[in-house]
Amino acid sequence: MSSRLAARERRAAWQFLAPCMAALTLVALWPLGRTLYFSLTDATLDDPANFDLIGLQNYIDIATDPDWWNAVGNTLFFTAVSVAIETVFGLGVALLLNTAIPGRGVLRAAILIPWSIPVVVSAKIWQWMLHDQFGILNRILIDLGLVEHGIAWVAEPGLVMWVVIFVDVWITTPFMVLLILAGLQMIPAEIHEAALVDGVPWWKRFWSITLPMLRPAIGVAVLFRALDAVRMFDLSYILAGNGVRTMTISIYARNQLFGVQEVGLGSAASTWVFFLVGIVAVIIIATVRIDKRSAG
Amino acid sequence: MIGYRAQRRIRGAALSFALVLVVVYTIFPYYWAIVSSFRTGQQMFDVSLVPSFNLAHYRALLGDTVFVGSLWNSVIVASSTTVISLALALGAAYALGRLSFPQRRLILMGVLVISMFPQVVVLTGMFELVRWFGLYNRVGSLIFAYLIFTLPFTIWVLTSFIQEFPRELEEAAIMDGCSHWRILTRILLPLMGPAMASTGLLAFIAAWNEFLFALTFILTDDSRTVPVAIGLISGSSRYEFPFGPVMAASVIVTVPLIALVLIFQRKIVAGLTSGAVKG
Repeated sequence: MSSRLAARERRAAWQFLAPCMAALTLVALWPLGRTLYFSLTDATLDDPANFDLIGLQNYIDIATDPDWWNAVGNTLFFTAVSVAIETVFGLGVALLLNTAIPGRGVLRAAILIPWSIPVVVSAKIWQWMLHDQFGILNRILIDLGLVEHGIAWVAEPGLVMWVVIFVDVWITTPFMVLLILAGLQMIPAEIHEAALVDGVPWWKRFWSITLPMLRPAIGVAVLFRALDAVRMFDLSYILAGNGVRTMTISIYARNQLFGVQEVGLGSAASTWVFFLVGIVAVIIIATVRIDKRSAG
Repeated sequence: MIGYRAQRRIRGAALSFALVLVVVYTIFPYYWAIVSSFRTGQQMFDVSLVPSFNLAHYRALLGDTVFVGSLWNSVIVASSTTVISLALALGAAYALGRLSFPQRRLILMGVLVISMFPQVVVLTGMFELVRWFGLYNRVGSLIFAYLIFTLPFTIWVLTSFIQEFPRELEEAAIMDGCSHWRILTRILLPLMGPAMASTGLLAFIAAWNEFLFALTFILTDDSRTVPVAIGLISGSSRYEFPFGPVMAASVIVTVPLIALVLIFQRKIVAGLTSGAVKG
């Protein structure tokens, strides 16, 4: 009887899942499979039906292209720096929001703004604020006498990556704050109260109680952010186009596909992106797991 | 030695100062965009913080059939994708959240992995599919393609919402031999309004803001969505940047979004964190 019920439940489960699974296969697995397949061919965009299998040649071509390694370097630098800043900053704002001070409701609402507006809009707003002649930031700096002429933030080769990171921090810190805040609110108040009664100083409470208990929340937040950062396309593209200094691996791959129109090469580059995202995911998940184990 | 009371007051002041600083940092850029959107010509270079309510840019944009067209395209794409995702994900979320079957965890992991796919990885295959279906340069291509990120997300969040409902809700119905379909549509669904609203809103925002597919699958102005339209607004020369119209367009595109987000604030935060914290 019970096994028949279980069988019925299994069948029902698959019926409920079927439409969704079909849709995911069509929009995710099938295109992924085609990309993998095309990465082994010499297909081009203007004649996509006519191509030969050429083995791993595309992968070799990509791996020997200095532009590709430049894009990899940019992407990893961007990911490491922006996620690190966002984590520290997000932790700070989350702690601030977790204290009982007047006006925190306003902040909690305010941080949803950078998160909810399109990246294009954020990029354009900052482009305007950072404009070399008329941007408000340069005007303030000039009025304060800190600089004589406006700084060309986006045109300066040494600065443009930092501008991209700066804008990314503005856009995505809210996400970090929300995830870390949710983690903070799951820490039982009794632990802090007990430590307070014992006269444990605040920095020690933070270091020995808050931070270890936040580890899972921070781990998840870092994982999501890092995966997003490794595949970043729009921010760099809008702020600096195809600029060498800020070219990410996603921009490189899209350029091969639709700029150079080499479907084979572009697919191989996309597949490299896929592997890179996978590697970053595995590294972060492994780190969080090890931390958990060593923490007991 | 500073007294305890004084110490507390200093701490309170420092925290309030930090709070004001963070609020200014988060809000000011958007406020500045609004101020700039009301200015034309020489006024653009004014640094005063007070807006002047010159509606010229807004009038020009709303009279521009291409811009209004792309607004419409965005509305159609984002709402269709959201509705389709919710409809498909609801059944899956019920199976994953309530029914027991051997591959449950495997499928949940699979959904999570798909949500981590970089968009550029499926670009080739998606482009080919879009052309096969005859959707190239049509908004339908985006409705279809956006399912790759809205669907895994809605499945994941709705599953965690369904798991939160107490099982007692359906026990009586199961005893009476009620079918799963009826349990889902008659018992759970009426309770899921808030969950559907917040999940749907998050999916809507993601679709509304998408850039890469919209840039790639749409060729002409009349089928474009707003993010790309804004991205492509350019001055008459290479050295002129039309910041006024761009800021006005940005405000038009974001005000409804921000209004919705602020109204559904708590629900959104719950939706955003529920998937992540438990996963």
